[in-house]
Amino acid sequence: MKGTLSIVGFGLSTIGPGTATGLIFAAYINGVARQPEARSILQPIAFLGFALAEALAIFGLVLAFVLK
Amino acid sequence: MATKPVMLLLFSVIIITAFFTMASRKAAVVPSRLQFAGEAIYGFVRNGIGKDVIGEEFERFTPLLFAIFTFILTNNLFGVVPFMQFPTMSHIGFPVSITIFVYVVYHWVAIKKKGLGRYLKEMCFMPGVPKPIYVILAPVEFLTYFAVRPLTLAMRLFGNMFAGHLLLLLFTLGGQYMLKSAAFVKVFAILSFGLAIGLSFFEMGIECLQAYIFTLLAALYIAGALAEEH
Repeated sequence: MKGTLSIVGFGLSTIGPGTATGLIFAAYINGVARQPEARSILQPIAFLGFALAEALAIFGLVLAFVLK
Repeated sequence: MATKPVMLLLFSVIIITAFFTMASRKAAVVPSRLQFAGEAIYGFVRNGIGKDVIGEEFERFTPLLFAIFTFILTNNLFGVVPFMQFPTMSHIGFPVSITIFVYVVYHWVAIKKKGLGRYLKEMCFMPGVPKPIYVILAPVEFLTYFAVRPLTLAMRLFGNMFAGHLLLLLFTLGGQYMLKSAAFVKVFAILSFGLAIGLSFFEMGIECLQAYIFTLLAALYIAGALAEEH
């Protein structure tokens, strides 16, 4: 087996953002299901939260390539 | 030096200019199909992002948001167009330059409206927080505005495009490698190529989403800079 430990670190770093993204969209779907007319208000908020949570996974990816 | 990303960048500018010139040339009350498509994209950015997020003063930022959205979208979609197959934004320099533009705009707008002192004061000391908390909160807020926001904005676009491109490459090259191996492994090569095709469609979705998110966040930062009270 060959490879770097950084890639394992990236794998670990995706657990948190993955869970977070799931929770955010679960809440968004719940909100729209209960009140379909609130979709246009909820959509930017949901995507903002998604983008913020996902940034952490992206940092993991970048660091996996930066750290040797 | 004209490398592939730079050529694609120039090509994208030509495509965007040609498309929207053609779409708006014969503007009529009853729109043609092309005009309808152009207006749908423009309306999406103007109303869906600009009006909903920025609010009252959205009119003067619509051209900026629209330019950012179409530019990133076209460049991202080059990732799945056959024979190009290279998302320009997977080279860090391009997202960084767009981010610098957004960064300068949202600080400039806020400083022009509130003045530097009031802008910094409102940024670091949001009202309705107990006094001792400011020791922690003020540096965090300051860092958020000046370091974290631009870093994540550029990194997110770059990381997504880079990772997506890597994923497609992994399955395509993996399939090619398996074709050269023993007979029973060749069966899995089909699976690998199938996954590469499936993921190409998935990538298309991601590419549109990233263009939307970049524009949305740019609008949010501008809206935050313009907001009177937190």
